[in-house]
Amino acid sequence: MSQINTANMKVVEGSYAVAHAVMCCKPDVISAYPITPQTHIVEHLSQMVANGELDSEFLTVDSEFSALSVLVGASAMGARSYSSTTSQGLALMYEVLYNVSGMRMPVVMNVANRAMGAPLNIWNDQQDAVGARDVGWLQIYVEDVQEAVDATLQAYKIAEDPQIRMPIMVCMDGFVLTHVYEPVELLDKELASQYLPAFQPEKILDPNHPMTFGAFADPSTYTEFRYQQFDAQLKSMAKIEKAAKEFEEIFGRHYGGLVDSYFADDAEVVIVTMGSVIGTIKDAIDAMRKEGKKVGLVKVRSYRPFPVQALRQALKGASVIAVIEKDVSIGAEAGLVTDLKSAFYNSKIRTPVIGFAAGLGGRDITIKDIRKIVDKAEAARKGIESEFEFLDLRTEIL
Amino acid sequence: MENSLLAPGHRACAGCAMPTTIRLVLDAAGPNTIVVSPTGCLEVTTTPFPESSWCVPWIHSLFENASAVASGVEVMLKRRKQDTNVVIIGGDGSTFDIGMGCNSGMFERGHKILYVCYDNEAYMNTGVQRSGSTPFCAQTTTTPPGSKSKGNPRPKKDMPAIALAHKVPYVATASVAYPVDLRRKVKAALQVDGPSYIQVNAPCITGWTFDAGTMIELSRLAVETGLWPLAEWVNGELAGVKKIRRPKPVTDYLEIQGRYKHLFKKNDCGDQLAKIQAIADANKAKYKLVD
Repeated sequence: MSQINTANMKVVEGSYAVAHAVMCCKPDVISAYPITPQTHIVEHLSQMVANGELDSEFLTVDSEFSALSVLVGASAMGARSYSSTTSQGLALMYEVLYNVSGMRMPVVMNVANRAMGAPLNIWNDQQDAVGARDVGWLQIYVEDVQEAVDATLQAYKIAEDPQIRMPIMVCMDGFVLTHVYEPVELLDKELASQYLPAFQPEKILDPNHPMTFGAFADPSTYTEFRYQQFDAQLKSMAKIEKAAKEFEEIFGRHYGGLVDSYFADDAEVVIVTMGSVIGTIKDAIDAMRKEGKKVGLVKVRSYRPFPVQALRQALKGASVIAVIEKDVSIGAEAGLVTDLKSAFYNSKIRTPVIGFAAGLGGRDITIKDIRKIVDKAEAARKGIESEFEFLDLRTEIL
Repeated sequence: MENSLLAPGHRACAGCAMPTTIRLVLDAAGPNTIVVSPTGCLEVTTTPFPESSWCVPWIHSLFENASAVASGVEVMLKRRKQDTNVVIIGGDGSTFDIGMGCNSGMFERGHKILYVCYDNEAYMNTGVQRSGSTPFCAQTTTTPPGSKSKGNPRPKKDMPAIALAHKVPYVATASVAYPVDLRRKVKAALQVDGPSYIQVNAPCITGWTFDAGTMIELSRLAVETGLWPLAEWVNGELAGVKKIRRPKPVTDYLEIQGRYKHLFKKNDCGDQLAKIQAIADANKAKYKLVD
């Protein structure tokens, strides 16, 4: 992250900071259903609407499924549309997620990442969003509250681009980022409007120009619809970079576009991950660097689209790669490590890659854990013993 | 009807009541209307990409979310102070069953939306499976008659009562056989500043199995037997019913439909016929259908 103007910083709750960012995006319609740990975001937005600070239609609906379905109608009317959810709520939206992307609606949604039940668990991991990686939505994972704020504004810029027109999830770790109080520079409303002009939809439901939305496509055309979504995601990579750069020009902050690096250039062991654990990893790297250990980090900011070229470039010098992720693909490995290995397979990179499921259901990932992972990665340079493992598995209670 | 807002060329079956119903609804609503439809026969017969029969703006999203989608449309119309009708047109599967949560939410939030259910009393689009709207004893592919079954074992769900329980200010039943009445009800519903619900009896030729030329007669018989009372409720009060001048026995209606033919075989279904007659008689008494 580059220069932050500390004079303008305020200590606020992460959910408030994000709600404030949403307010600066001036959505026409907000539709959401309460679920922990997302609730504070929509409570703050409700209050902003109640106070007259935010001129949005706020719908209190009967489920997450309805929440996102309302935005299908609103978006077809040309509305800038917003929702927020997590975990079970995201799962309940699942059918609508495909519809929103299939109908090319630029909805933005904050996902306060949380574990999936059963067993019921309200704490943070990223199983919810990673499990929805194939639904057609772009997914940006943020590292801290400031990035959550800034990425939310950037998301509309990317989503509403006429060449993209795809929905985006801004994924922020539940509780860790939604409930933390930390110093944040809240967005300036005028600068936000300068960065993000009003949404200009080309096609809306209009009795003067009647059009059919949501027709069915038979085998002769369905593939082409899917291809166009695929193509829009690939094209969005350049837009994500551009949105980050233009944001930096106005606000002076930058987090990388598709990926970001921390001491990765000369690192032998490179950790690859997403989300708030990055803060801990950076502290661990700082400590290990002082001890002379060449450890670095590559942060995956855009998980969908998956930045294959950017990752090959960022990781080309690594001797060994350890992927830390808060999700599991039961019966295989996990999302990020599988995608990363796939990105390398047809390249010249033959670096060993090992994966760790960590921080599941809200379990802390400590600096000690990061050191342990680095030790395991160093050992893997001589030969991989375990390609993928659950970190700190409590075998005594199995 | 020559200038109908539902263009010809759609793929609905000959003898299907649905397109006739939709034409009557659109005729009454006019071109300043946005239609939202759930998944179903209506959607698949009128919108095979890149064709469309719709001459008004139309949107389909999913099977169970039309009411939520329409809510999003309606709030944007209000936001823009645009005076355009929002009409949901869906079958009984999406209305009575899978869309109930979204319907309840839309009714309860009080959106200015007219919900028209073309009620053909089963999941016709997937091949005639039972829905919550399927009447007592009707044969469907999931309630087949057999040595231990006399067709659908349960009575039809009372969807108008569910709408009324949400304090929906205008609720009505209608029939494709009474076009003047249907158009009047659509116009009345669109005057209401809030949600409205109209449930239209709409025979399905493949599900009910009847002679294609008798579709209108069949729907009229549903009314004349008392099995489909034509009623309307304004602000929760029963505001009018269509009187039956010459009541007919339910067998007149049942015996010309394949879905009830098992009741007329030589086995012991006399009890079932009596029970269906009792349903009709109870309707006649409840709504004072016969003077």
